Amino acid sequence: MTLPTYLTYDFGGQSEFCLCFGERHAARTIIIIPPVFDEMNRTRRMLVEVMRALAGRGVCSLLPDLPGFNESLADISKQTVSTWRRALEEALVQLNPTHIVSLRGGTLIDDVADMPILRLAPVKGASLLKTMLRSRLVADKEAGINSTIDSLMASAKFGFLELSGYNLSNEMLLSLQDAAPSTSYQFQEIALADIDGTPLWLRAEPQDDARMSAAFADKLDVWSSTCAK
Amino acid sequence: MPLTTQETIRAILTDVLGLSVDQVAAMDDHTELFGALPELDSMAVAGLLTEMEDRLGIIIDDDDVDGDMFATLGSLVAFAHTKVSG
Repeated sequence: MTLPTYLTYDFGGQSEFCLCFGERHAARTIIIIPPVFDEMNRTRRMLVEVMRALAGRGVCSLLPDLPGFNESLADISKQTVSTWRRALEEALVQLNPTHIVSLRGGTLIDDVADMPILRLAPVKGASLLKTMLRSRLVADKEAGINSTIDSLMASAKFGFLELSGYNLSNEMLLSLQDAAPSTSYQFQEIALADIDGTPLWLRAEPQDDARMSAAFADKLDVWSSTCAK
Repeated sequence: MPLTTQETIRAILTDVLGLSVDQVAAMDDHTELFGALPELDSMAVAGLLTEMEDRLGIIIDDDDVDGDMFATLGSLVAFAHTKVSG
């Protein structure tokens, strides 16, 4: 079995973790910008299997932690979409990938470098935010608390709002509300049907999908070999 | 050819709840959803609503949402129809 190596990149005075599979000096190094919030957890296993398969084909891949997620010690309540993008820019400079792959919330910050970009299931920040707000409404209702989306959003002005276990500042809520995948660089988009996939990020529990991981790795191998840096 | 509202709702149930295509294909208008499907808990409702908005191009007011809407496949499709036709 191909084993990972554990890299780091520095951002904001901290070391952020970055999972790596494959030879570091391979001709192709794909950095995967993961989904954000819970969707990151729900897709991680599937993505790691993609990385393992890519390593078997001689393609190196990187999966960085964005500040506030996974192993990151950064305070999520101090992040915004812009700090994630700046962190990613740092990761690119320090880790030297040749290609970018982004999924879901990762597509909100993939406009960081003029290199080949491939997107899967782009989503607007406003949609991610609304789903989390609705989950909070349901949880509040079950706890006998009467809240509305407006009252929740307003509460962040005096501290932060807890959504899906993440403490989000007013600046974060506003930045999510406005964030959309950029079209300033050329990118390719693939559909779930192209990789025999299902939207694991929508599920209540993390799952994996070996067939999807294998097909996704195939697709990335072909794509990255046909669009050189 | 674009999917009908009914087909879109079935696809969303498959995707969000992780139900098999066969299980969803075997459903009819009277198939009970909320309370009958263990996968459909109140948190999954949040994901369903956002997917319905995105895929059907509609806006759902959270005040319109109640348990009756998710009672059966028929009631969910009927709700979506009223939003799609506007």
